[in-house]
Amino acid sequence: MTLVLETIDLTKRFAGITATNNVSIQIAKGARHALIGPNGAGKTTLINLLTGVQRPTSGRIVFDGEDISNLPTHKRVRLGIVRTFQINQLFGDLTPLETIGLAVSERRGQGLDWWRIVGSRTDLVMEVVEILERFHLTDVIDARTAVLPYGKQRLLEIAVAIACHPRVLLLDEPAAGVPEDERHEIIAAVAALPTDVTVLLIEHDMDIVFSFADHISVLVNGALFVEGSPEEVAGDPRVKAVYLGEELVDV
Amino acid sequence: MIASRSTILSATEWLSARARWHPLEFVFWIVAFAAIYLVPDRHLILTEIAWLGLFALSLDLILGYAGIISLGHAAFFGFGAYTAALLAKYEIINEPVVAMLIAGVAAMMLGFVTSFLVLRGSDLTRLMVTLGVALVLRELANRYGWLTGGADGLQGVTIQPLFGIFRFDMFGHTGYTYCLTVLFILFVIARRLVNSPFGLSLLSVKGNPLRASAIGISVDARLVAIYTVAAGYAGIAGALLAQTTAFASLEMFSFDRSADLLLVLIIGGTGYLYGGLIGAIIFKFMQDYLSVLTPQYWPFWIGLVLVAIVLIGRDRISCWTTPIRRVAARMNWRTLGSPQVAAPTEGP
Amino acid sequence: MLTILFDGIAYGMLLFVLASGLSVTLGLMNFVNLAHGSFAMAGGYVTVVVVNRLGFPFFASLPIAFLVSAVIGFLFERTLYVHVYRKSHLDQVLFTIGLVFMSVAAVDYVMGSSQVFVQVPDSLHGKFDVFGIGIGRYRLLIIVICGLLTVALQFILSYTRFGSRLRAAVDDSRVARGLGINVNQIFAVTFAFGSGLAGLGGALGVEILGLDPTFPLKFMIYFLIVVTVGGTSSITGPFLASLLLGISDVAGKYYVPTLGAFVIYTIMIGILIWRPQGLFARPSSR
Repeated sequence: MTLVLETIDLTKRFAGITATNNVSIQIAKGARHALIGPNGAGKTTLINLLTGVQRPTSGRIVFDGEDISNLPTHKRVRLGIVRTFQINQLFGDLTPLETIGLAVSERRGQGLDWWRIVGSRTDLVMEVVEILERFHLTDVIDARTAVLPYGKQRLLEIAVAIACHPRVLLLDEPAAGVPEDERHEIIAAVAALPTDVTVLLIEHDMDIVFSFADHISVLVNGALFVEGSPEEVAGDPRVKAVYLGEELVDV
Repeated sequence: MIASRSTILSATEWLSARARWHPLEFVFWIVAFAAIYLVPDRHLILTEIAWLGLFALSLDLILGYAGIISLGHAAFFGFGAYTAALLAKYEIINEPVVAMLIAGVAAMMLGFVTSFLVLRGSDLTRLMVTLGVALVLRELANRYGWLTGGADGLQGVTIQPLFGIFRFDMFGHTGYTYCLTVLFILFVIARRLVNSPFGLSLLSVKGNPLRASAIGISVDARLVAIYTVAAGYAGIAGALLAQTTAFASLEMFSFDRSADLLLVLIIGGTGYLYGGLIGAIIFKFMQDYLSVLTPQYWPFWIGLVLVAIVLIGRDRISCWTTPIRRVAARMNWRTLGSPQVAAPTEGP
Repeated sequence: MLTILFDGIAYGMLLFVLASGLSVTLGLMNFVNLAHGSFAMAGGYVTVVVVNRLGFPFFASLPIAFLVSAVIGFLFERTLYVHVYRKSHLDQVLFTIGLVFMSVAAVDYVMGSSQVFVQVPDSLHGKFDVFGIGIGRYRLLIIVICGLLTVALQFILSYTRFGSRLRAAVDDSRVARGLGINVNQIFAVTFAFGSGLAGLGGALGVEILGLDPTFPLKFMIYFLIVVTVGGTSSITGPFLASLLLGISDVAGKYYVPTLGAFVIYTIMIGILIWRPQGLFARPSSR
C-alpha cells in the first residue's frame, strides 16, 4: 500500500488541553478512510492540522513523501490536500456559479489575472457548469449563497472542494445538519468521487461510515484508539464501550 | 458528463454581464467630459472633485473590496503629493505626467512596505497601524523641514506646462482636463480589475478568508497586492492635488484628511466603484455651501453628518442611490452593504 | 535620568487614568470609542472654568470634573451610543469620529481655540530634591492620585460583586447574560465611570499635557496605543502599557528631541507587528 498522507507523532496542545495526542495515522492512496470518535475527540482539530489551519505543537505531517508540516494552507491546497468544513464556510455574497468559478480559476493558476473579465473563458465556464450539474446546483446557479437552503449549501461545500481537483479530500461531517430527505444527495455525491481521489471522512452517521469506508480509525481524547477494517472496528468491544460511555479497563 | 449548452450560455452571460458598461455609466462620463466645455467657470471645484474622487476610489479598493478599514490612507496621498511637488520644485522631472507617474510608483512602494502591517490583527489593530503610519509620515515631514518646508508647506513650486504646451492656469481649465483624464484612465483599469478573477478573489477574501485559503488563495498575497495598488492610486491623487495647486503641506497627511475621505466614500457607498466619485461630488458641493455659512466650524457639520449617517444607517442613507444600485443589480453587480437590494432574481 | 523616569511615570499614570475607561469599553462591548478623548477634554475645561472663573479651589474642581464627565458620558451612552453597539466596527469608527469633530468644533466655538491654563495652588508649584532626583510636586500629586485610583480600580474589579460581574461580562458577554447578569446596565455604569475617569485625567492633565480644543485629536493615538498594546482583559495590561508609553515618550523627547513623538509611533507599529493582539493581552475567547 502506498501512503499518500501520514502523520508522525502529531501533537497539538492548547493552554492546558491536549487536543491531539501523539497521533500517527497512515492514509493509503485511493483509500476510503473514515475517522470516527465521540464528540470532542479531536477529529476536526486533526483536519485543521492536516490542512494547516492550525500548526502542530510537535510531530510531522508527510504528504507523498514530503514534509509539509510548515506549509501554509493555500500551498497545501495547491498540492492537492482539500477539505470541507463541518459548518459551512462559503462566500455568502457570491453565487454558486462564482464560487465554483473562483475555485476552478484559482486551480488553473488564473487567480492573479486582473485584466480578463470573469466568464470570458468558455472552457472554464464549461467545467464550472459541469461541476454544478453534477452536484444538482444548476437550479440555484445564480442565487446568492446566503439565501440557499442548507442542503444546497452543503452540496456546494463539497462541490467547491471537488472543483479544486483534490488528491486527498478531507470531509468533515458532510451530512451534518442536513435534513433526512436531502441526505441521499450528499451521500451519493461522496460515493461518486473518483477512485484515484483519497478520501478521509469524519462522520457520526454509522450507516454512512460502514457503507463507505474500507478503513476506520477511532479517535478518543485526541489519541488513536483503535484502527482497522470496518468489520474489525465494528466487532471491537472497546469501541462500543467508548461510544456507550462504559468504564474502560486500561487500554 | 457533458454540461448542457444552454446553461453554459446563461452562465457566461451572467458572469460577463457584470462587466458590461451600463448606459448610465456612459452618461456619467460624457457629462464629466462635457463639463470641460460647458461650465468653464466651475473648473476649479471640478478639479478638486476629480482628484478627491480618485482618492476615494483608492479607498474603496481596500475598504469596499478587501474589507480593510484604514484611518491613515492619507499617508499615501501626502507621500504622492510631496513627491510630485519636490520633483517639480527641484526641476528633477519637468513633465508633470511623468512626475505624477513617479509619485504613483513611490506611493505604491510605500504601500507595499506598509501592507504587511495590515495583514494580521483585528479591525482595531488595522486602525491603529494605518493611523500610526500616517502620523509617522507627518512627523517625518515636519522634522525634515529643510526638505519639505515643514509646517509652512512646500513653497516655490512651479509646475511646467503639460506636454510643454498646456499651462496650468488659475482657472483650472488645464487642471480639470488633466485630472479628469487621469481619473478616467485609472477608473477603467480599476473596473477591469474588480471584474476579473483577481477581483472576485478579493471579494472572497473579504467575505470568508478561511474559505479563500481553503481553495488555494494566498490571502496575504492578495491583500498586499490590492493595498499596493490602492496606495498607488492615492499617491497619484495626491500628485494631482500638488500639481494643480503647486503646493504641498503637512495637512495632506493629517487625520482630518483620512477621516474626511471615509465620509466621502460612505456617502457614495462602498463596493461599486462609483461610490467614491459620487461621494466626492456631494462632499465638495456640501463643503462649498457650508463653508460660506460657517467657515470656521465646518468640522462640526462634518461630524454631524457622520453621526447622522451612522445612526440612520448606512444602507438606508444610500437608498438615495437606490436607482443606481438597482441598475447595478440588474447588471448582476455586487452591491455589498445594502441588504435591501438582494440577489437579482430577474433573468438576463 | 531618574528625574526623567519619575516624570515618565507620572505621565504614564496620567495616561492610564485617561485611557482605562476606553480599555474597559473596548473589552466589554467590543466598541471602538475614538471619542473618549472628548470626555477627557470636557473634564479639563470644567476644571478651568470652575477654578479660573468661579473661583473654586483646585482640589474641589477635581471631583466636579469627574462628575460632570461621568454625567455627560452617561447621557451620551444612553441616548446615542446605545444605537451603535450592534453596528460594524466601521460604523463605530465613523460615529465616534463624528462625535470628536463635533466636540472639537463646539468647544472651539464656546471656549475659543487658544490653549487654556488652570491656576494650580501654590502648594503644588515647584519641586523638592530627594537623593538628587527632582520630584515635581504636581507630578507627585498625579502619581499619588492615579496610584490610589489604580489600586481602587483593581480592588473593585477583583473583590466586589460588581467587579466580578464586569469581568464575566468582558470575558464572554453572551454567557454572562445567560447567567442573568444585566450586561447593558453594567455597561452604562462602566461607561459613565470610565468617562468620569477620563474627565478627571483631563482635569489633572491641563497642567502637564496642555488643553485646547484639539485635545481629543492629539491624544487619540495615545489612548489607542495604551489599549491596543495593553490589551483589554485586565487592569495591569493597560497600566503597564501606559507606563511604558509615558516613560518612552518623555525619554524620547529628552534624549532624541529631533525625533520626538516619532519614537512612540514607531515603537507602537513595531509592537503591533510582533504581537497584533497586544503586548499584555490574554488570549480571549472572542
